[in-house]
Amino acid sequence: MKPSFDILIVGIGGQGTVLASNVLGEACILEHRTVRSAETHGMAQRGGSVESHIRIGGEFGSLIVPGTADLLIAFDLLEALRYRHYLPAGGKLVVNRHLVVPTSVYQQDLAVPDEESILAALADLDVTCIDAAGLAEEAGSILSQNIVMLGAASGVIPLRPDTLEEAVRRCVPKKTIEVNARAFRLGREAGEQGAGAP
Amino acid sequence: MAVRYLLGNEGIAHACLEANIDFASGYPGTPSSEVIDVLRVQEERPFTVEWSTNEKVAFENALGAAWCGLRALCTMKHVGLNVAADPLMTSAYTGVTGGFVVLSADDPFAHSSQNEQDTRRYAHFARLPCLDPASVQEAHDMMRDAFALSEEFSLPVIFRPTTRICHSKGDVDLGEVGTEHRTAAFHRDPKQYIVIPAHTRVLHKKLNEKQPALKERLVELGYNRHTVRGSTAVVASGAAAAYVREVLGADVSLAIIGAYPIDEEWLRAFVDRHEKVLVVEELAPVVEEAVRQVATTTEVLGKMTGTVPYEGEFTPATVAAAMREAGLASTMAFPAAAPVPGVPPRPPILCAGCMHRPTFYAMRKVFRDGIFPSDIGCYTLGLQLGAVDTTICMGASITVGSGIARSGEERPVVSTIGDSTFLHTGMPGLLNAVYNGADMVVVILDNRITAMTGHQPNPNTGVTATGVESIPISLEAICRSCGVSWVETVDPYDLPVLLDTLRRAKERKGVRVIIAKQPCVITARRSGIRRKAYEVDPDRCTDCGACRSFGCPAIAFAGKNATITELCAGCGVCADICPSGAIGREGRQ
Repeated sequence: MKPSFDILIVGIGGQGTVLASNVLGEACILEHRTVRSAETHGMAQRGGSVESHIRIGGEFGSLIVPGTADLLIAFDLLEALRYRHYLPAGGKLVVNRHLVVPTSVYQQDLAVPDEESILAALADLDVTCIDAAGLAEEAGSILSQNIVMLGAASGVIPLRPDTLEEAVRRCVPKKTIEVNARAFRLGREAGEQGAGAP
Repeated sequence: MAVRYLLGNEGIAHACLEANIDFASGYPGTPSSEVIDVLRVQEERPFTVEWSTNEKVAFENALGAAWCGLRALCTMKHVGLNVAADPLMTSAYTGVTGGFVVLSADDPFAHSSQNEQDTRRYAHFARLPCLDPASVQEAHDMMRDAFALSEEFSLPVIFRPTTRICHSKGDVDLGEVGTEHRTAAFHRDPKQYIVIPAHTRVLHKKLNEKQPALKERLVELGYNRHTVRGSTAVVASGAAAAYVREVLGADVSLAIIGAYPIDEEWLRAFVDRHEKVLVVEELAPVVEEAVRQVATTTEVLGKMTGTVPYEGEFTPATVAAAMREAGLASTMAFPAAAPVPGVPPRPPILCAGCMHRPTFYAMRKVFRDGIFPSDIGCYTLGLQLGAVDTTICMGASITVGSGIARSGEERPVVSTIGDSTFLHTGMPGLLNAVYNGADMVVVILDNRITAMTGHQPNPNTGVTATGVESIPISLEAICRSCGVSWVETVDPYDLPVLLDTLRRAKERKGVRVIIAKQPCVITARRSGIRRKAYEVDPDRCTDCGACRSFGCPAIAFAGKNATITELCAGCGVCADICPSGAIGREGRQ
């Protein structure tokens, strides 16, 4: 068996996947766990599909192999669909109920699935669907959606909640610490309630 | 000192601080850029750090420092080493006095690159030592010790991480930042520093004589190491070695190659003990060729037998598949997991409010039958707008363009090049085009920054790497001094003027330069510039599709009408494009 707990965080360049993975990495340091992670840098960040691999307890490479992730956190419904094959059958998905249509769809007149059909295509997974925008607004800033999502997934992550919250405090900009700590807790509550499960 | 969660490039930069670095230069290039970016923002900076105008320039500056006895670092991406190849090859002859490390980051799968070339080939070509870390921790440790290795052999050391080292993070055990810094002193030594034929023949022999001791030392240092466990073996290098360790069965031997040149005797002794050896490495078959050279009766499997892919980036699944193919035991069988078909792609896209978009849009309007050679930068994404026809390497937009124009192709040629790329290798091409009488338009996309690699400053930005104000330069004056008589600077957000400028350029002959100038929308936002967002009046929108072809990510189409999303940066160009006047500033309608 692999020694690590493998998390894939996916989204769109600019949504804060890297910050979310930094929180997990920092939490590993706080708990004296080994960790390996891989990020998207460079041109792909310009509004493209991005992925962060985080292997808690990882000792080898940073890449997660499709079909073996323990948790998928998706900041966008379409990205959840794009990366769902990283999960084994029935795997755990925490997804933001939010869909940004790629501009190329309009330019090239491509077919794009709607929210309902995406959720139907994901229904064989263990899905928690989160209204990250609503909770982030409630926490005090729409920009804290990435931390809401992390909070919502934290119940299945093998790191202590207080460690994760401390890691949030260490990783976010100073002025936004309280907002993000609130976002983490609101996300965590929503995740525990399985809020909005389809 | 402490264990911290760091990016590979941050670990590498910290190792340079531990090694008492005195001088660092580089040209930004993914995945190498963060090394200099970390060094240049250190609060305590008892060393020189520079962004250079190109990799050859960066290399030669660092070489000069190393010739003064300083510890010097030079960073670039793999294709940058092509630009620096000229001084690289001969610096192996001259050698160095201070430790000199050349970081050239490779990019398997070409995540952000134009090819998948292998820096280890250059090391072999130049006969220089090359370090090839397999993890973030090893990258840190190797870089910390690389300067001493360089001094021990008086040779530049090539340091070759790959994307999955540079842009992976992990728990890294760091040492203390060094406090011993050297004073530069150049000692005249013509036989070492002046490579006239009489000197260089001697230097070449000296370089060759260093090789045997170097090979032995790389084994002594533990960079090349092995564990014998059975009658079959895997030989692996770089990030692939980590994937091998993840899946390797307990009875399969393992050799890890972390440095080149490889000691043949050491390698032969390992290979000879096994019936079968599988070589696993990304990019070129460098290790495989070495294994094949020393193997006598051992069966060797790798790229050349079709067991391991030649192209792309590996994962533990790639390695497990190769091992299965080779008949070696792996501990894990990965499930066949294919992506869901038909999910619309989400490629990277020029930002909402990016100055390149209206420039490309206007070029296409005015030069409907134009040929559009382009260059390396965010603006390569102009291919999505049909305004980029060629991209090969830094600076080639103007040269390929003048070549097309001079070849007799009758359609108009409009080349696009960013400000940083123009200053990198674009200038000689412009001078050449004027000198040889090419008939073409050059559009310099002047966003004042090297944007794609993470917004590094260049001579056109007005500040140095360390934030010191620099002497302003004028792109217009540079173009004029190259002999261009028609140079116009235009704000690309002003679509009517931009179109008019392009039309006037079209009417003229010779080399014509348009400088489209507007700060990168990301740096503008960071510096506090806010523009009011735009909105669509649904009653006036006729769903004509004009704004659709503009391809701005802030314009969405819900049902029949266009809408403008919260991504709007307020450039206002779509308002000029809309033929029904349906788009205006928020609150105006």
